[in-house]
Amino acid sequence: MFNYILRRILYAFPLLLGVNILTFMLFFIVNSPDDMARMQLGQKHVTEQAIDNWKLQRGYQLPLLINQEVAGLEKIKQTIFYQKSLRLFVFGFGISDSGRHIGADIQQRMWPSLAVALPSLLVGLLVNISVALMMVLFRQSYLEFSAIVLCIIIMSISSLFYIIGGQFIMGKLLMLVPISGYDTGINAFKFLILPVLISVVSGVGAGARWYRTLFLEEIEQDYVRTARAKGLTETQVLFKHVLKNAMIPILTGVVVVLPLLFMGSLITESFFSIPGLGSYTIDAINSQDFAIVRAMVFLGSVLYIIGLLLTDISYTLVDPRVRLS
Amino acid sequence: MIVWQKLVFFILCTVFLSACNDQVLNNPYPTSPEDQQAVLYSSFSGRPKHLDPAKAYSSNEYAFIAQIYEPPFQYHYLKRPYELEPLTAKSMPEIHYFDAAGQLLSETSTSDEVAYSDYIIEIKSGIQFQPHPALAVNQQGQYLYHQLSPTQLTNIQLLGDFKQTGTRELTAADYVQQIKRLVHPEISSPVAELMKQYIVGLGDYAQTIKDKPRIALKDNGINGVEVLDKYHYKIRIKGKYPQFIFWLAMPFFAPMPWEADEFYSQKALIDKNITLDWQPLGTGPYMLEENNPNLRMVMLKNPNFHDEFYPSEGEPEDKASGMLDDAGKRLPFIDKAIYLLEKETIPYWNKFLQGYYDGSGIASDSFDQAVQFTGEGEVALTESMQAQGIQLQTAVNSSTFYMGFNMLDSVIGGSSEPARKLRQAIAIAVDYEEYISIFNNGRGVAAQGVIPPGIFGYSTGEQGVNHYVYDWHNEQMQRKPLATAIKLMQEAGYANGVDPVSGESLVLYLDTPASGPDDRARLNWYRKQFTKLGIQLVIRATDYNRFQQKMRNGNAQIFMWGWNADYPDPENFFFLLYGPNAKAVHGGENAGNYQNPEFDRLFKKMSYMSNSPERLAVIRQMQELIRYDAPWVFGLHPKSFSLYHSWYHNLKPNLMANNGLKYRRIEAQKRAQLREQWNQPVFWPIVLIVLLLIALILPAIRSFQHRAKETIK
Repeated sequence: MFNYILRRILYAFPLLLGVNILTFMLFFIVNSPDDMARMQLGQKHVTEQAIDNWKLQRGYQLPLLINQEVAGLEKIKQTIFYQKSLRLFVFGFGISDSGRHIGADIQQRMWPSLAVALPSLLVGLLVNISVALMMVLFRQSYLEFSAIVLCIIIMSISSLFYIIGGQFIMGKLLMLVPISGYDTGINAFKFLILPVLISVVSGVGAGARWYRTLFLEEIEQDYVRTARAKGLTETQVLFKHVLKNAMIPILTGVVVVLPLLFMGSLITESFFSIPGLGSYTIDAINSQDFAIVRAMVFLGSVLYIIGLLLTDISYTLVDPRVRLS
Repeated sequence: MIVWQKLVFFILCTVFLSACNDQVLNNPYPTSPEDQQAVLYSSFSGRPKHLDPAKAYSSNEYAFIAQIYEPPFQYHYLKRPYELEPLTAKSMPEIHYFDAAGQLLSETSTSDEVAYSDYIIEIKSGIQFQPHPALAVNQQGQYLYHQLSPTQLTNIQLLGDFKQTGTRELTAADYVQQIKRLVHPEISSPVAELMKQYIVGLGDYAQTIKDKPRIALKDNGINGVEVLDKYHYKIRIKGKYPQFIFWLAMPFFAPMPWEADEFYSQKALIDKNITLDWQPLGTGPYMLEENNPNLRMVMLKNPNFHDEFYPSEGEPEDKASGMLDDAGKRLPFIDKAIYLLEKETIPYWNKFLQGYYDGSGIASDSFDQAVQFTGEGEVALTESMQAQGIQLQTAVNSSTFYMGFNMLDSVIGGSSEPARKLRQAIAIAVDYEEYISIFNNGRGVAAQGVIPPGIFGYSTGEQGVNHYVYDWHNEQMQRKPLATAIKLMQEAGYANGVDPVSGESLVLYLDTPASGPDDRARLNWYRKQFTKLGIQLVIRATDYNRFQQKMRNGNAQIFMWGWNADYPDPENFFFLLYGPNAKAVHGGENAGNYQNPEFDRLFKKMSYMSNSPERLAVIRQMQELIRYDAPWVFGLHPKSFSLYHSWYHNLKPNLMANNGLKYRRIEAQKRAQLREQWNQPVFWPIVLIVLLLIALILPAIRSFQHRAKETIK
């Protein structure tokens, strides 16, 4: 397995380099260093001299990919791409164009994102599995039919509606939780109730139906018939045998998103004023802060690769038949 | 007890304790002694980019730094028209004019005679900086934190982690230090290039220090800016520039101790995001205690703040409106100001209604809920707002939004008669009263010229009307009928909007960076306005960067633009049409590239005059020229509507002063009572939902149990 992991890590390098080049190209097709300088300097009284000075201070006076004015390896090294993007491979995020240390910002903002995303994932998983099991348990009854209809209704509604509706009902009408905000430590709890609740409710439609399908597939297997023939009750069959075997696709589906939980959710964090990473990239794109954009895209890619790797490893843990080689 | 039961028990306990923690459950603030303190709760929607007074230039940045930094002068909080008064200065500056030979001239000297002007400023003694680690010294007088060792840095994550703080007296050198900072390349001040044009020696100084670190500023002198003694300094200006005094009321000219640059230049602190751009150091009424713009920014009363008292004079109606109730009392009144990040307007508005914010603007989606128009067209609060004791305040902003024509364009631009008549016709057809009514909920005033209300030169009544677009009937202005515009089109050679060259409808192009769904309705509206004249308006929507590029190159034909006053002087608006400021030619702020030698001559004359009937006469001449030439369709001056709770006092719109927080007062007890009254939780719907769920599931469980017990018969 060690060789497999090592190979996957080595595969990641060209992939990340490709992502880096692509981000770089896309960003600079839309924005030039002059545009970035204008955005940072504001709209009033901006002169060419001020722009040149800004670029010089931040290293954006260099050519983008190839520097024709120098010789040898310096042609590559004396470019914005080399100076700004390649350091990312050692997680040197550097300073943002507005002068902030990006690494410190990410460290500060990823915890609130995780504080919302992790309980949303765990509670959501619990609720989705419970509802799916209930649908399977009461299959072909009015309860299953009602639950399927409800799931489809829930799936059909925009997540924004749940947020605004949830804030209106729970925060404004019933006054049970704060409408928005965040705090640190135990004080964060009351601010997390509503976003987690909304995230769980809005996800239950799709989640429960997906897990129901998995359970129904299992319930038709021979071993289930054998278990029933042995005289086990329906609940014993469901919880001891079906659930255990259906956990393989559930677990692998969850593991792949685990690393990305740090990245947060744009809409949830924006509406609930949660100081997470969700809006970090969007804000950076709006303010044409290339340093943050490249750092966040790179981080997202790395986390996604880690997620895929963890999924592969988790296969071997939950299914002994799978071997990584 | 098994694990999951323990877990459920723990969660229930936490929920219960969390619920008991507050008297009301939806309180977003922790219950603390702050409830009895005068704490202001406000919000911000985007993080301020800069808090360094040499860099900051946006209103959301000034909302913070104007409370922390003190330039030598400020605007009187209550008096109108706007009036400057000393803040840290002892008096208004002494201004001396000199000719090229260095001979002292009289105050009445013309701009042609004056070679340079000296501003001599005396600051008050005894003003102290806020407590700050940059100023902390040991018993030997050595700075504690100017050369931080790795050991000292171990436990430092925030500025508040420094155990020691210090202060010292404000001196004239601190003001000079800040002027030097404006041109340091690391700082990139937005006014650096502008100030180089005015302050003697600033350009040369920029060359001298361009390769030197910031800490070298202290030891490098500047020609035109001089420390005369501990409390006096002199700024030498090229020629005569009466508007310079207004710059001296802006944070660009606030004092900065050299210690701040020394302290914040340490790389170890920069790596921890502890920078001057993030953690200000000033003498103002407040200091920034917490700066986490992803969550909140907290300002505390500066314990070292000097004596300053609430004004005892104002406008005649100020006494009746209670604005002088606190006259003579020591400032500031508010102990702590907490600004929370609220990106979305809906949660912000709802929290305001619950009493968790002390004031609010009115977003379009909540406008009808807050405001209604009476039969006489007056603005009034709705009954629900009145029942909560909310107050409404309106003010016309010192801004002008306009539709500009590129005067370099071969069709719409230039000084030819047809082009001028075409522009005049468009000015009549584009009905900005309708625009204000549809898109601004009536919050705006149709502009009659370049100057907004509240600025010297703005006239009301018939004298203030743009007679090329409006008629004056029965003491009221009325937009000219469309027939007038159609006639102008005929005279311009575009009868029924037909271009004689192509024989088809005249096609004009509107360049705009606006392309969102909200903008679509506006752009369609503009299209319809042009259609009234038979003109086909093509919208060329592009991204912001390309739009700016088009403007710089002079490639746009028609565009929308705006300007917000830097200071209350007509020069700050007329310069937008001054020939040498043409954007495409000189890179200036004259976005339409308007050139009129007579206007330019009058502009220069008006710029050097003090406010007087003579200056007003020149301004009217200038207004007449631009109304006739119509380089702009004078759009609108937006009107801001603000709402405040009954416990929030001393609010008077002051569009020039940004340091208004120190005058505001909060009745904390009244607020706490009303918040509790307005936010009693309602539980019964939750109980009802749980009961309904049980009622739904129970029969199914029974049926399942019954089925499970069944045997094969």
